[in-house]
Amino acid sequence: MVSNLADYKTEVHNDWCPGCGDFGIVNAIQMALAEMEIPRNKAAIFSGIGCSGKTSHFINTYGVHTLHGRVLTFAQGAKLANPEMTIVAAGGDGDGLGIGAGHFVAAGRRNVDMTYLIFNNAVYGLTKGQASPTLKLGLKTKSLPEPNVNQSVNPIALAIASGFTFVARGYAYDVRQLKDLIIAAVRHKGLAFLDVLQPCPTYNDINTRDWFAGMDNIDEITKKPRPRIYKLEDTGYDPVVHIDSPEEENEKLTQALIKSNEWDTKIPTGIFYRNETTAPYEERMSERIPNYLENPPAKQEISSGSRAITNISKLLSSLEV
Amino acid sequence: MNLLSSIDLTWVIGGPQGGGVETAANIFAGACAGCGLKVFGKREYYSNIKGEHSYFGVRVSDKIIRSNVSGITILVGFDAETLFRHIEDVVNDGAIVYETDLTSVKIDEVATLDDLFKQRFVEYLSSKNKPTTIQGALDSAKERGVTLYPVSFKTILSNLADETKNPKMRGMFRMQNVLAVSISLGLLGLPPDTLLTSVDSVFSRKKDIAEMNRNAANYTYNFATAKYPKFKYQLTPISKQPGTILVQGFQSTGIGKIASGCRFQSYYPITPASDESVYLELHEIFDVENNRPGSIFVVQAEDEISAIGMVIGAALTGTRASTSTSGPGFSLMAEALGWAGINEVPIVVTLYQRSGPSTGLPTRHGQDDLLFAIHAGHGEFPRIVYASGDIEEGFYDTAKCFNFAENFQLPVIHMMDKFIASTVATVQKFDINKISIERGKLLDKIDTPGYKRFAPSSDGISPRSRLGLENGIFWNTGDESDEYGHISEDPVNRITMMDKRAHKAELALQKIPKEDQAINHGIYDFCIVSWGSTKGPILDAIEMLKKDGHKVGFIQIKLLNPFPSDYLKTLFENVKTVIDIEANHSGQLGSLFNEYMDRKVDYYILKYTGRPMTCTEVYDSLKKILENKAERKQVLTYGV
Ligand SMILES: Cc1ncc(C[n+]2csc(CCOP(=O)(O)OP(=O)(O)O)c2C)c(N)n1
Ligand code: SF4
Ligand SMILES: [Mg+2]
Repeated sequence: MVSNLADYKTEVHNDWCPGCGDFGIVNAIQMALAEMEIPRNKAAIFSGIGCSGKTSHFINTYGVHTLHGRVLTFAQGAKLANPEMTIVAAGGDGDGLGIGAGHFVAAGRRNVDMTYLIFNNAVYGLTKGQASPTLKLGLKTKSLPEPNVNQSVNPIALAIASGFTFVARGYAYDVRQLKDLIIAAVRHKGLAFLDVLQPCPTYNDINTRDWFAGMDNIDEITKKPRPRIYKLEDTGYDPVVHIDSPEEENEKLTQALIKSNEWDTKIPTGIFYRNETTAPYEERMSERIPNYLENPPAKQEISSGSRAITNISKLLSSLEV
Repeated sequence: MNLLSSIDLTWVIGGPQGGGVETAANIFAGACAGCGLKVFGKREYYSNIKGEHSYFGVRVSDKIIRSNVSGITILVGFDAETLFRHIEDVVNDGAIVYETDLTSVKIDEVATLDDLFKQRFVEYLSSKNKPTTIQGALDSAKERGVTLYPVSFKTILSNLADETKNPKMRGMFRMQNVLAVSISLGLLGLPPDTLLTSVDSVFSRKKDIAEMNRNAANYTYNFATAKYPKFKYQLTPISKQPGTILVQGFQSTGIGKIASGCRFQSYYPITPASDESVYLELHEIFDVENNRPGSIFVVQAEDEISAIGMVIGAALTGTRASTSTSGPGFSLMAEALGWAGINEVPIVVTLYQRSGPSTGLPTRHGQDDLLFAIHAGHGEFPRIVYASGDIEEGFYDTAKCFNFAENFQLPVIHMMDKFIASTVATVQKFDINKISIERGKLLDKIDTPGYKRFAPSSDGISPRSRLGLENGIFWNTGDESDEYGHISEDPVNRITMMDKRAHKAELALQKIPKEDQAINHGIYDFCIVSWGSTKGPILDAIEMLKKDGHKVGFIQIKLLNPFPSDYLKTLFENVKTVIDIEANHSGQLGSLFNEYMDRKVDYYILKYTGRPMTCTEVYDSLKKILENKAERKQVLTYGV
């Protein structure tokens, strides 16, 4: 049994900037894999392009560092061909919500049983700090020549609207909570989305560790900072759709959307929405192909030696004249 | 015209898109094939769902045919547009079956005819002193010797309604298609039972409709044989060759994929490629010897980028995976193709070409994408580009493409096109025993730790693990990487890895059998070089020339990248005149030939109207070359 955290780490030199939030995220993924005791060869990390994209090289499971914006497409193909694999997809906010936004929405509609983490730093880290789709309108981070002229996209709301059945937010510097969220996401039956707030000390000088901690917002009486980040679970928030009814679903979707709009002074983390009453894609396909899960594409025998063993005579006889 | 055998005629039926023309053509082709005759049909249609003109031409012969001819023997029209569009194409001793109601229709009244066409036609009729109506067009045809068969389809329908006590029949204009086929086969003297069998088989999924159409076919066939004199040309049944199938092009690669063990296909809808994916989904479950029932997992993706991404992901699990697309979709796949290249992932992209650029002629034929297939994607990486010449090759080549992909661990682009996709033809039943499955260095198990995905090896191909394998963990990245698959920008490693991948092109040229690289259809002083679906028209034209006493050689290149120049040089060694034939504007194969062969193409025969070449026009243009009367470049124009 492999459950030693060190087993999930590679020796690849990590070239992220000192203090980068990405370190916390990669640790949390490794800890989650170790805690779940997922055999290393049964897990694969797929990643996009960006600073965040390098994640797959630091984790000692299968690691597939794909194309900018396309991580979900590769990941879904692998999962559907071999549903035994535990698949975690990871990428930047530019990767997933800019160039890859179409795939984000389409993946939500499919609901393939896997996990997707967005490293949300509000900038394009690897290309030197341009505005990402999550940077708020009017903000001017360090390397922007002019303030951001675009509205920001709300990843939590977009995930919910797209059909993700598990939607949560973590914070890169709260590794323990993030690890727990990743475990919950991986165990969730369906597509799980994790928006991970990830300070980029190099290019995002606004949404910094201090900012999340509320250092700019000191309580006059206690003289203590008022932290922006709080945990939904501490407020008695129940994200789960317990019974398969439209009323309950509507109620849980609505409260999640309302929560997703909190930002400036209060930023919720934890699970916003969770619904296992919606069938994962694999289950829907099993209705079409009854033995799909026991005999998925990757497990099928197609030849005996070099001889093809598929029987095509029925297909041909229907064409015979 | 110099036809190849005693029975050789072309029957054309047209009508508005969505009006059942395809059904009629299928019944006609099925009946002829059922009598042992050879059939070669093609469909032409606009990028439109309902209303625009579409037509189906079916050529029938007692000998093997591989292409269409120019000219129509029997034209069937129950709408004015069909008659206007094709009437001048009916050969002088041909016939026209037409709806009598239409004779007074003026050409101006047909909204779907392009103005340019109208202008040309009006000029033509005026020159013959004929009114610009259907009647005028028919009269002009009659003067040339064409036989006219006026039919009131409406009267037949209403008689049928009375006879079968089904008043609804009167308004069932879709039935005109079945009536038209039945009349045609009556005139052509084909036995009625083959007609009825074919009706049953075309409607086999809809029993009640089958019954109605069967009755209508029977009635109309008898009506036609009683009322009209027999047509000059007759179809006579010949002995059926066992194991003949009537198959459409897109089915060849579909069945080929199932047979070759492709178990994952992702696609985004596009003409003419998606018919293949739909076919696969329709037949997603099948039997596999000694095994649980097999299946192919078909995913309709959100775009072509996703389609190829999913295919690569699936291929990483050791699954044979492919996508099928056309030019616009392939353009979107270019970046991912390079990813598959640098990560040595075996995937097959079936590229059903159509006319570009951009959406171009979305439903028309073209071979415009050869150079793009060879160069798509930035950076340098090896790939195989392999072209099929006809439906049968489509099946067998699909199997080869998967073998190439796995043996050499690279992306393979299988070139098909709209001409093959929408051809229906009688061919010899595909023989699965003639394909082999070669999985290259794919590993089933790894006993010891320390696996390196990109480990050096004597032939440059590394043993390939797959997701899920114990001890088989690897990394992939679109960046340059080391032997494990981790990012490396080391200059020495870069040379090693670039050389390792590039070497696969040489290896492919060594390992792929010569007869799979190019087909030698004969070598003479005059020799054609071509690729893909021009094969059929070229072979038919060569046979026609043979009857005239001319010998023309033909080398059909199948492996287009890496380009097999050494082998081709031996083939062309004694050739005096090289003739390049292609369905594109610039002669793309010609430019490869000029680049690699230390000599130049002497003549070009090109076509880029979006309509496939007929053997007639290839014959005519070759003849000009043989008689030394040809320009260096001839552009073919036949077809509407
Ligand atoms: C098709 C394409 N366009 C542009 C790039 C350049 N590029 C590399 S990383 C990146 C943005 C990364 O930002 P994000 O996805 O937010 O990841 P981060 O670096 O912030 O983790 C871009 C635009 C690319 N690799 N591919
Ligand atoms: S640029 Fe930002 S996101 Fe990228 S490594 Fe540095 S701190 Fe992290
Ligand atoms: Mg970012």
